[in-house]
Amino acid sequence: MFGKLTWAAIPFDQPLPMTASLFVLVGILTVLVLATVKGWWPYLWREWLTSVDHKHIGIMYVLLGLVLLLRGFVDALMMRSQLALATSGAPGYLTPEHYDQIFSAHGTIMIFFMAMPFIVGLMNFVVPLQLGVRDVAFPALNAVSFWLTATGALLVNVSLVVGEFAKTGWLAYPPLSELQFSPGVGVDYYLWALEISGIGTLLAGINLVTTILKLRAPGMLYMRMPVFCWTSLASSLLIVAAFPLLTATLGMLLLDRYLGMHFFTNDGGGNAMLYFNLIWAWGHPEVYILILPAFGVFSEVIATFSRKAVFGYRSMVFATLAICILSFTVWLHHFFTMGAGADVNAFFGIMSTIIAVPTGVKVFNWMFTMFRGRVRFETPILWSLGFIVTFVIGGLTGVLLAVPPADFVLHNSEFLVAHFHNVIIGGVVFGAMAGYNYWFPKAFGFTLDRRWGVVSFWCWLIGFYVAFMPLYVLGLLGMTRRLQHTDDPAWAPYLITAAVGALIILCGVFAQIAQLIVSIRTRDRRRDVTGDPWDGRTLEWSTPSPPPSYNFAIMPQVESQDDFWRRKQSGERPPPPRYQAIEVPPNSPNGFIVAFFSVVTGFALIWHIWWMAITGLACALVTLLVFGWIERTDRTLSAETLEAADRARAAGMQPP
Amino acid sequence: MVACHRSAWVALAVVWPAVPCAALGVTQPAGPIAVAERLILINATGIMLVVVLPVIVLTLAFAWRYRASNTTAVYRPDWDHSGQVELVVWAIPAMVVLLLSGVGWIGSHQLDPARRLESSVAPLRIEVASLDWKWLFIYPDQGIASVNELTIPAGTPIEFTLTSATVMNAFFIPQLGSQIYTMPHMADRLNLLADRAGDYVGFSAHFSGSGFADMRFAVHAVPAAAFPAWVRSVHAAGAPLDTPAYAALARPGTAPAATYGSVDPDLFGRIVGQTAPAAAMPQDVTNVR
Repeated sequence: MFGKLTWAAIPFDQPLPMTASLFVLVGILTVLVLATVKGWWPYLWREWLTSVDHKHIGIMYVLLGLVLLLRGFVDALMMRSQLALATSGAPGYLTPEHYDQIFSAHGTIMIFFMAMPFIVGLMNFVVPLQLGVRDVAFPALNAVSFWLTATGALLVNVSLVVGEFAKTGWLAYPPLSELQFSPGVGVDYYLWALEISGIGTLLAGINLVTTILKLRAPGMLYMRMPVFCWTSLASSLLIVAAFPLLTATLGMLLLDRYLGMHFFTNDGGGNAMLYFNLIWAWGHPEVYILILPAFGVFSEVIATFSRKAVFGYRSMVFATLAICILSFTVWLHHFFTMGAGADVNAFFGIMSTIIAVPTGVKVFNWMFTMFRGRVRFETPILWSLGFIVTFVIGGLTGVLLAVPPADFVLHNSEFLVAHFHNVIIGGVVFGAMAGYNYWFPKAFGFTLDRRWGVVSFWCWLIGFYVAFMPLYVLGLLGMTRRLQHTDDPAWAPYLITAAVGALIILCGVFAQIAQLIVSIRTRDRRRDVTGDPWDGRTLEWSTPSPPPSYNFAIMPQVESQDDFWRRKQSGERPPPPRYQAIEVPPNSPNGFIVAFFSVVTGFALIWHIWWMAITGLACALVTLLVFGWIERTDRTLSAETLEAADRARAAGMQPP
Repeated sequence: MVACHRSAWVALAVVWPAVPCAALGVTQPAGPIAVAERLILINATGIMLVVVLPVIVLTLAFAWRYRASNTTAVYRPDWDHSGQVELVVWAIPAMVVLLLSGVGWIGSHQLDPARRLESSVAPLRIEVASLDWKWLFIYPDQGIASVNELTIPAGTPIEFTLTSATVMNAFFIPQLGSQIYTMPHMADRLNLLADRAGDYVGFSAHFSGSGFADMRFAVHAVPAAAFPAWVRSVHAAGAPLDTPAYAALARPGTAPAATYGSVDPDLFGRIVGQTAPAAAMPQDVTNVR
């Protein structure tokens, strides 16, 4: 009846996961009860759960990323404390079974359910506003994308209470991840969570590519698009090209595990090296899927806060597209130590170092954007400056690892761990934080507190260096990654320092939470009434904060790059508005319902509850079909309504 | 203790009051491969620092110089491109990459793990198999084997052939250089040499399951003249590594260091072909919850 699922799946005997999950459950219940008591459900259902507005979906993506950042960060704290305690042969407090799940979950969550939602959320929120359009190309599909991502995140977290998570590392390399060596449900949680959320990500990528290619405002030529739109386009193209690879690769591993096939098994002619190639052919572009939009954020932030156009716009665009293409030619550098031979290694090594050229150009261009500008040290540019300094160090160590003979002694070591945290925290997370502080007033109509923002930035920056510079040294001293305990007493000081660094980052996380709470409480003092709190350059700042559901009452006419800035500088008054009725897509519970059945299906497949899997899948498909064929009329907003709303806003009142 | 000062450049990487002296790793090579790899590390880092350090300094300098409160600084809001500057910003990283590509190409070929080392001394062949979670070393020409303990003659090129009985691992002795994956169904090649006698640390560098952290082995580089004596002592004292002994050894779990006085000459080939006994077994039955 319930497949492999029995009461034994719940780890009653293990206090740690039980306490953690109890904590989470109480939190969820509190929110649910609060929403019920306060009568928030109709509002939540109407404005969020069934919303097809790209801004609301973008905000939910970012919220998902922030929540999962906390989960992934707790994993990080456990790892660092375990390693700080388990030195000189001491066992620490986490068994290998538990520790192996934690580092696997940490990587999986941070990449797929923290960084990805955060970045996709920023793109979702910002790109249509910057392009001067009213929504993405496929608004209802957008909601499906988000809810499928949320499904994956939920499944990963269910594994905390019911069963176990993978003990294989975040990429689940076979043969270790094959049934023969990992017979438990952990790898299945991993695989189904990523299969389901991967479909969501692919759909989001298709949506963004279509939006950018087909839906720009009149006059928004390609070479007038803000750099963030360019990097979003490159990132979305990479999603479209790379995510099917991930889905297929994990699908083959699923076939091995569920139907006894032999793609990557030790027997039957399987070959695990195939998996390494396939997963990294997705995995390296994935790195650029994450970092390119972050590069876009920095380009916007540095230009805005230097009151100067981004330097070398054409170079920026060309560099972005060069990275986009080159990112598919370097995957083998993740396994130079497989013994591929000198020519193959040298080729991929050189291709990998070549990516440093367009990346280096971007760094120089950010530098020259500040040159002869007027730099205002608001929170977003602090993150950007922290990024440049940190990222070039991470770039240096990355290029070092791209030189095959250097990689032969550094691969799989703590040096590698330090390197990719250096570029992912220093690049993607700092970019996400810069974007969060920069666009928050646009999303919610009030700015975030600067003081707490600065505290958070410094804690993150200092904490990062204290936590990860020792790991570089440990790597050089010969410490490999994924060790549950260490024996060399000489490593202890570095491991303890790294744990202290994690605690400093924890202070940064607390400061961020404080920033949000303080800002909400003092929101009346920090309202953004102009819609343009930073003296911005691009079209999103020409809308009210928060923008109406239709973004622009009148479609903007774009005449140049940084059109909004140009108009402000020239004092050019827009022509008197001629309002026309517009159609707004209706809400749709499609995404939410499909996600519900996806959770049911995924959970059932993980536990081999076949009747439930078939029912769940059938219901999800029927839902998609029904909502696909249903005739639903768009809501029409008349010209008078739009005009009245704009007038009300101009008079400083809430629009009707 | 003298060796400690040589790792001072590592200490410079991080401000650290005292670098403990037991720390070794790739900073203190004990063989030509590791020496060459450390040189590449230092050279490549040096080449990049020439650009990276000025970038860091200039970024902070520009941000400070052109801060909004400094109204004496030039402000040119429309200066957003310059052919000369862009030529330079493309050329600088391109030249760095050109240099590094040369380093990478030559290094990849000279330090190819499969490439035999040039030496007047005849090489010693050793077959390596990673098991869950221990290392098996077979000396095919001597007909002996050892577990978690690798004894090699100093100054002699060692030709490793490596495979895995179960999941993937990576064979790595940082002070001797180059790691390489051990993979089921595959026989990889690796050539290393220890310059001087001494004890080094080896381990698996690729995660392989719950016993991974203990998957370490001791490397004893003995003077070349002392090696035959060690071989004789193993012949004399060690038990045979026959099929039952191997089956016991292959069972998942850690193992103490041990030596075997004789070994089935086909054993390594059977491990590569996955036909050796007891190679397949769930390594962790507790995870079937």
